[in-house]
Amino acid sequence: MATQGQCDLLQLTEHCGCGAKLPAADLHEILSGLPASRDPRLLVGPATFDDAAVYRLRDDCLLVQTVDFFPPVASDPEAFGRIAAANALSDIYAMGGRPVTALALMCLPSKQVPLDAARAIVHGATEKLAEAGALLVGGHTLEDPQLKFGLSVTGLVEPGHILSNAGARPGDMLVLTKPLGTGLTVTAAKAGLAPASLVEEANRWMSALNRAAAEAAVQSGAHAATDITGFGLLGHSWQMAKASGVRMRFHAGQVPLLESALEFASMGLVPAGAYANRLFLDGRVRICEKVPLALQDVLFDPQTSGGLLICLPAESVEKFRQAASGQRECRCAVVGQVEEGDAEPRLLVEM
Amino acid sequence: MTQEMTIDARGLACPIPVIRVKKALESIPQGRVVVLVDEQVAVENVTRLAAYMRCSHQCAACEGGFRIILGKPGSGREGP
Repeated sequence: MATQGQCDLLQLTEHCGCGAKLPAADLHEILSGLPASRDPRLLVGPATFDDAAVYRLRDDCLLVQTVDFFPPVASDPEAFGRIAAANALSDIYAMGGRPVTALALMCLPSKQVPLDAARAIVHGATEKLAEAGALLVGGHTLEDPQLKFGLSVTGLVEPGHILSNAGARPGDMLVLTKPLGTGLTVTAAKAGLAPASLVEEANRWMSALNRAAAEAAVQSGAHAATDITGFGLLGHSWQMAKASGVRMRFHAGQVPLLESALEFASMGLVPAGAYANRLFLDGRVRICEKVPLALQDVLFDPQTSGGLLICLPAESVEKFRQAASGQRECRCAVVGQVEEGDAEPRLLVEM
Repeated sequence: MTQEMTIDARGLACPIPVIRVKKALESIPQGRVVVLVDEQVAVENVTRLAAYMRCSHQCAACEGGFRIILGKPGSGREGP
């Protein structure tokens, strides 16, 4: 049986983290024709491609529910657990909620991955849940050829604080709260071409909770928010633009990037998910030719546990910046704005 | 001295084709590397690597996938 020292989790998977998501086009096909619920207690459901569902238990008590799990995105088991937990919790934060309880999901190839590594994954997740003030209350494990781990998280949100995908309004500014490039960095790490310091930095960002960003968003009166994961900045932005019936204009040069993300893209260390995202958005995004190919690749790069993209009234940006300043979990930048226009291409990218 | 190598990366998921091509290009002073791949993603990534390493590249569909011919210029001639 393998021991933990021999077990590099990244080498056990072809697709890493949120890069393993089914392409958006496939998801749309699976969900097409699904009967829509008419239950008035379901406030946010599948129709708006939202981060989590919101269900009214009582007038003053709204339940937020989400599930997210994926194959390894880090070599170290504990780091993988922390990242998987931060990523699952992020869906609650992206709705403006606070997490309360979590159930763990683990698919384990027990002949390849020793039990002490599996325990380290759960330990890492528990550490993040404690930081978030949420409890691990149970879970489910399966024997499976591919290691996967994640959480189903339940939270609460106050009425009036819901940050749905459908609330973006023309004139809003678009604020991103973490640098892009985790998919590229993890691919470079898998190829053995990323220096340890850059992998550490990417792991630190992927493990960072979006709590401070979400609290600042709620405090400053944000209209909408989503977290950036497998469909990349442009894929998730498109979902938000469509759900809100608006157009978004991005300034690619303003987008915060992980160090070397552009170089990894130039070297051809672009994950398959980035190409799937680009394909899905064909005709839905118009990119100015001044935006270099490597930067375009970063905008399509599938993120794991990425930051929030927040739609804020222009006059609230300063208030948001003050609320988020000094938070190690945030590197905030205004990356674009929301405009009128309910037709494709919904996304415009300038340099 | 000009050298020629062939790399069959069919059936291999990225980033493995890119790693193999990078090693091959680094192992020769100048010459040609022929790469066989069977996924569009690998074509895109190998093409990006070629541009990064300032090598010429031509791609054509072939049986079972794509054939990419990379040319590494020698130092001092047609280099950057």
